[in-house]
Amino acid sequence: MSEQLTDKQEYNITVYTENQIGLLNRIAIIFTRRKINIDSLNTSPSEIESIHRFNIVITESEDVVRKLCRQIEKQVEVLKVYYHTNADVIWQELALYKVSTDIIAEKVSVERLLRENGARAVVIRKDYTVFETTGHREETDQLIKILQPFGLIEFVRSARVAIIKDSEGFNSKLREFERLEPGEDVYENEYLNKGEKVFTM
Amino acid sequence: MELTQELVIEPQKKETVNVSGSVALLEALIAEGTETIFGYPGGAIMPIYDALYDYNDRLNHILVRHEQGGIHAGQGYARSSGKVGVVFATSGPGATNLITGLADAQIDSTPLVCITGQVFAHLLGTDAFQETDVINITTPVTKWNYQVTDANEIPEVIAKAFYIAKSGRPGPVLIDITKNAQIQKFDFEGYVKCNHIRSYRPKPIVRHTYIEQAAALINNAKKPFILFGQGVLLGSAEQEFKTFVEKSGIPAAWTILGAGAIPTDHPLNVGMLGMHGNYGPNVLTNECDVLIAIGMRFDDRVTGRLDKYARQAQVIHLDIDPAEIDKNVKSTVPVWGDCKETLPLLTKLVEAKQHTEWLALFNDYTRKEVEAVIHKELNPESGEMTMGEVINQLNEITKGEAIIVTDVGQHQMVACRYAKLNNTRSNITSGGLGTMGFALPAAIGAKFGAQDKTVVAIIGDGGVQMTIQELGTIMQSGVDVKIIILNNRFLGMVRQWQELFNERRYSFVDIQSPDFVAVAAAYRIAGKRIDEREQLIPALTEMLNNKGSFLLEVMVTKENNVFPMVPQGCSVSEIRLK
Ligand SMILES: Cc1ncc(C[n+]2csc(CCOP(=O)(O)OP(=O)(O)O)c2C)c(N)n1
Repeated sequence: MSEQLTDKQEYNITVYTENQIGLLNRIAIIFTRRKINIDSLNTSPSEIESIHRFNIVITESEDVVRKLCRQIEKQVEVLKVYYHTNADVIWQELALYKVSTDIIAEKVSVERLLRENGARAVVIRKDYTVFETTGHREETDQLIKILQPFGLIEFVRSARVAIIKDSEGFNSKLREFERLEPGEDVYENEYLNKGEKVFTM
Repeated sequence: MELTQELVIEPQKKETVNVSGSVALLEALIAEGTETIFGYPGGAIMPIYDALYDYNDRLNHILVRHEQGGIHAGQGYARSSGKVGVVFATSGPGATNLITGLADAQIDSTPLVCITGQVFAHLLGTDAFQETDVINITTPVTKWNYQVTDANEIPEVIAKAFYIAKSGRPGPVLIDITKNAQIQKFDFEGYVKCNHIRSYRPKPIVRHTYIEQAAALINNAKKPFILFGQGVLLGSAEQEFKTFVEKSGIPAAWTILGAGAIPTDHPLNVGMLGMHGNYGPNVLTNECDVLIAIGMRFDDRVTGRLDKYARQAQVIHLDIDPAEIDKNVKSTVPVWGDCKETLPLLTKLVEAKQHTEWLALFNDYTRKEVEAVIHKELNPESGEMTMGEVINQLNEITKGEAIIVTDVGQHQMVACRYAKLNNTRSNITSGGLGTMGFALPAAIGAKFGAQDKTVVAIIGDGGVQMTIQELGTIMQSGVDVKIIILNNRFLGMVRQWQELFNERRYSFVDIQSPDFVAVAAAYRIAGKRIDEREQLIPALTEMLNNKGSFLLEVMVTKENNVFPMVPQGCSVSEIRLK
């Protein structure tokens, strides 16, 4: 048991999928039915139109991660799944911090601290200022600690995005996929929201 | 309406016909070779049923009595015919009644296309009358599902559904069609079958190095042992499998879903694996040096305790589903691929051998099992009949040519252990889910899927009461199914566990039954109840000779146990003979 626990580490799972309604659920179920907690999940369109990319972070042993990836890859709309340790990827999280502009203006030291932490102002309003920083968890956490005494009003952090260090990545393969087999049009349901006018029986 | 001819248009011609989504659906089913549909109508699927009215001559719709019966019938049809089972149900309760069958088909890799009606698209998400979120409810128990909200999608989605259901590792697909899409008219360009989806790889690429490694292991093995499962049947690789077994001379044992892939009395067929499997195959799993698993998934009912399972053996695993390899048992050589392709490659490289001494070991164990268990079960001394002797007499009369459909419980284990099967696709049972209530509807479907075969359902007095309403389907459709109820007046399998592991605390396993023969009679089905041995052969003969369905209730010993048994949490070599 203890052996298994020490085996666990963070893994970054990268999933390339069709842009399909319901797929997020299908993928999420693979984790929930095994009672595995997802630490972070990001999904967005990839560089290729009609192909989506998921970044999922979990803390598990490699054996479990490998099996999970095979189950995910089995889903009909999934093109490809990779998994990597933190050492194999470059990753970032984005954080936003809202603080009172008055306090910031008064306390110059804050500005210096922000600069030292690689943060920048996104919005400056009379009542508040929003700073942004990107980095690893410890880095974005560090700034929370610093800002807390100055009355941090609101904080939000994004899911992790990660890029694979090794190789040329999946781009060329994706382009090839797209060239050979362009993605299918996603049907918009033109009848939704038209209500009774369209259908009566 | 005689549309079929005009509607299946060569794709390049680009002619179109203006039809409703419902008509497009039925045309698509016909183009996919569908002949029989099992279903039940309702508000949200009425446009499809309305269209079906005109397709009476081309599509045979069987009105079941409950949607669960419908989907189990679809499964029976698929399993006996090797084709895709098609099931219709309405939205809401109709769709949720399919869930057990979907889960069953998913775990047993049965190809199904289920069509559910859904409320109008503009009502989705409003808790409309009979609206349920069928897509989300069925996601974990389908290979693929999709909601159609526009008739234009229907031809392509149905083509995808059939392709996904039957290719690679087969499974159930559910298509939910909103009522507006069923009614909506659109320009149908003609049906094009699907044989490729960008993101879907039904078969992994065969790697020849692994085949070579596997052959080398087999050629050097002193005690090789084959385990085969339903993958052989699903891949239609029975012939390839037989050639492999016979050339290599390796003893082969089957999982419950692999039964019938080679005839029961083939000299190299050494019996059934698993919790109630045979003695030799279980014990010798822990003595073989090379274990060759073909189209099976090392289910826990087969492996028993995993950390004590075949630790001494090098494992070769042939499977079409890469996710199965190393899932439960780590393999030395993984052979990814369809066994119809991989087995001949392997056969070419293995040396022709006879493992006489090793095979004799299996026969020794068989002798021990016959002495301790089988002889008593098949030739009981007491006045009461046993389940085993019923199956044994059935074998005598059917000569192993019948399709045997079993429900779940003691009778299932007995029937699978003792049934003689000469043909492939002749053992139909709920393996992975163990669904009581499966057999009666599945037998109906199996008969429609293999009309020239005798179909015998073997059911417990508990299980038959779970879907007994399907006697109505038999009555109305006139399908010829022989039903044997093995009545031990208990939920036998649970009682067995209570006896062995819960100090005979018989908690709610004493089940009363109606007069089954009278119930059958009420459905205009012939029947008979027997409780004496002398009546057995005449009654079985009468049943099999009867024109049309027949229900035979056989009163068997109340407290009989199925042995051998690998108790929960034990290793396969700890199998108990009593
Ligand atoms: C739907 C469902 N409910 C409960 C069970 C648990 N179960 C497994 S075997 C069994 C007893 C079956 O009794 P019966 O149908 O009389 O067959 P027997 O074991 O006596 O042959 C039960 C309750 C099940 N497998 N399926």
